[in-house]
Amino acid sequence: MAENKNENLLEVSGLKMHFPYHSGGGKKGLIYAVDGVDLAIKKGETLGLVGESGCGKSTTLRAVAQLYRPTAGSVKLKGQELTTATNQEIMRARKDMQIVFQDPYASLNPRMTTRDIVSEPMRIFTKAKILSLTKTEIDERVEQLMERVGLSRFFKNRYPHEFSGGQRQRIGIARALALKPDLVLCDEPVSALDVSIQAQILNLFKDLQEEFGLTYMFIAHDLAVIQYISNRIAVMYLGVIVELSDSAELYKKPLHPYTQALLSAAPIPDPEVERKRQRIILTGDVPSPDKARTGCYFYDRCSKRMDKCANCVPKLKDAGSGHQVACFLYGD
Amino acid sequence: MTDDVILQVKDLKAYFKLDEGLLKAVDGVSFDLRKGETLGIVGESGSGKSVTNLAIMKLIPSPPGHIAGGEVVFMGDDILKMPDDGIRKIRGNKISMIFQDPMTCLNPFLKISTQMIETIVLHQGLDKAAAKAKAVEMLKLAGIPAPEKRIDQYPHQFSGGMRQRVMIAMALSCEPEILIADEPTTALDVTIQAQILELINELSERLGTAVILITHSLGVVAGMCDSICVMYAGRIVERGTADEIFSDPKHPYTQGLIKSVPRLDKVSTQRLYSIPGQPPNVINLPDCCPFFPRCERAMDVCKTKYPKVAELGDKRTVACWLYGEGK
Repeated sequence: MAENKNENLLEVSGLKMHFPYHSGGGKKGLIYAVDGVDLAIKKGETLGLVGESGCGKSTTLRAVAQLYRPTAGSVKLKGQELTTATNQEIMRARKDMQIVFQDPYASLNPRMTTRDIVSEPMRIFTKAKILSLTKTEIDERVEQLMERVGLSRFFKNRYPHEFSGGQRQRIGIARALALKPDLVLCDEPVSALDVSIQAQILNLFKDLQEEFGLTYMFIAHDLAVIQYISNRIAVMYLGVIVELSDSAELYKKPLHPYTQALLSAAPIPDPEVERKRQRIILTGDVPSPDKARTGCYFYDRCSKRMDKCANCVPKLKDAGSGHQVACFLYGD
Repeated sequence: MTDDVILQVKDLKAYFKLDEGLLKAVDGVSFDLRKGETLGIVGESGSGKSVTNLAIMKLIPSPPGHIAGGEVVFMGDDILKMPDDGIRKIRGNKISMIFQDPMTCLNPFLKISTQMIETIVLHQGLDKAAAKAKAVEMLKLAGIPAPEKRIDQYPHQFSGGMRQRVMIAMALSCEPEILIADEPTTALDVTIQAQILELINELSERLGTAVILITHSLGVVAGMCDSICVMYAGRIVERGTADEIFSDPKHPYTQGLIKSVPRLDKVSTQRLYSIPGQPPNVINLPDCCPFFPRCERAMDVCKTKYPKVAELGDKRTVACWLYGEGK
């Protein structure tokens, strides 16, 4: 384990995902959902992706998982290029890369029992001759997994509707772990849960990471959750990463004006702290990602914009000790 | 002090008769609201916070629901005993509501102007032109750019944050005494949430409106509210000022809840505290403390009787056997 601690499990560079759209009146165009994302995740690390709705964090995750085939760029898992891989190769790669989805109601088939849901990946991969597991082995593994995520094995013949939201998310996690993946892509896995249940699930993610040496790419829109779970955090805005840094550092010293506003907008559960805080209130909404950008993506809402920002796109640059920011206020 | 009170809720009960049994969604909730106060009601899903507020407006769908008891005294009259047309004069006029999802609350087939003018004409007796002028003024107050143009657009032409602004403008257009905001920012992004909360704060202060803010987010109540009610399984388990609740929570549930939220301002690598177990199913709940299966400090008495509400001072109450005479 120790020797490959610094090895990148996942490397993403220049990732672009554009979707064509047709609207009324023959109007056609492209949605620039993800517009050039570079990131790398080390083995055993948690990279948090944070941003507002429509900033492209889920699209990034899906393009990494090859659920969408990216428009451009490269995605390398354990050194293997996925964007040019065949479907067969991608299926093999997915054994190492699984997803936990946001909505524990929509992501479990209501007509399958817990046993069927958790065992499905193993059955599929056995059928495809990638794994060779017997029926009893699969059954045993289902029981182990259920107990590991905190569900009694006696629940295995129950259907999703018999479980609460938190328990369903546990089923989703058990399914994601069934193939013993290295990388787990978590798409807002705690956003639909109540506060007291959210803490349980976050702790479960941390425990599982320690036990199985998992690597997470973790999406959330709640900044406090992201800070708790992540080693490093990437802040996204309109399809690009505007800041990427160590998680403690990001909260102590946010550099990008957008990150600063985002952090100051997040409520803190303490009235005394809240009274003393200075809020940066951003005006306006996130613009629609339906046009190619010629300047900084945050230009319209930025309080510190300069002339340069309108015409040049700032690149993600190192601002010291691995803290990267895409803003002309820093560097030259 | 007491003449400041504009809304008094006493022992309110709202039950739903379901096939599975009797669901006591709200079971004996009491609180009062003073003029200009912002009261937060926090709780997890199913704790009865939304039903409480629907019951205040007598909006419980019946059947299967009914109000099983209690009083809601608004400016001297019990709303629950009023005839329907009496309540209609209050709803949207003296007490108005905004909801979580602005898209489902606005009629997609009608222009914003039609929807806003309807309320104003009905409650304030203005003619259409004057009502429209008033609507434009309210939209402007709510921070909608170019309100004269935007008012003739349809809801789908507005973004989520803008729709919530329209809802707020509409709710405040009759200058109500009370604004009930049911999870007004849950569907919105953080930066938009900050804008909307700021707006509610500013407008309620300017118009002297009291606000009941229902939310599951402890961060939101901490920043917005003067006092807070914490609900669990259909009852208020603790009540106090925002400072009291956050600096000295008494009920083990409140204590656990506050500890289980990760905090932005305190970087911690420690394991997050989590309340074990799950919220109870409120159908056919026995008459015990509903929190005892999850409570670290549960005693024998908790399993047999619902705790008496202990008064710990002015407007400070807690429903737990650890406090008061039950101890």
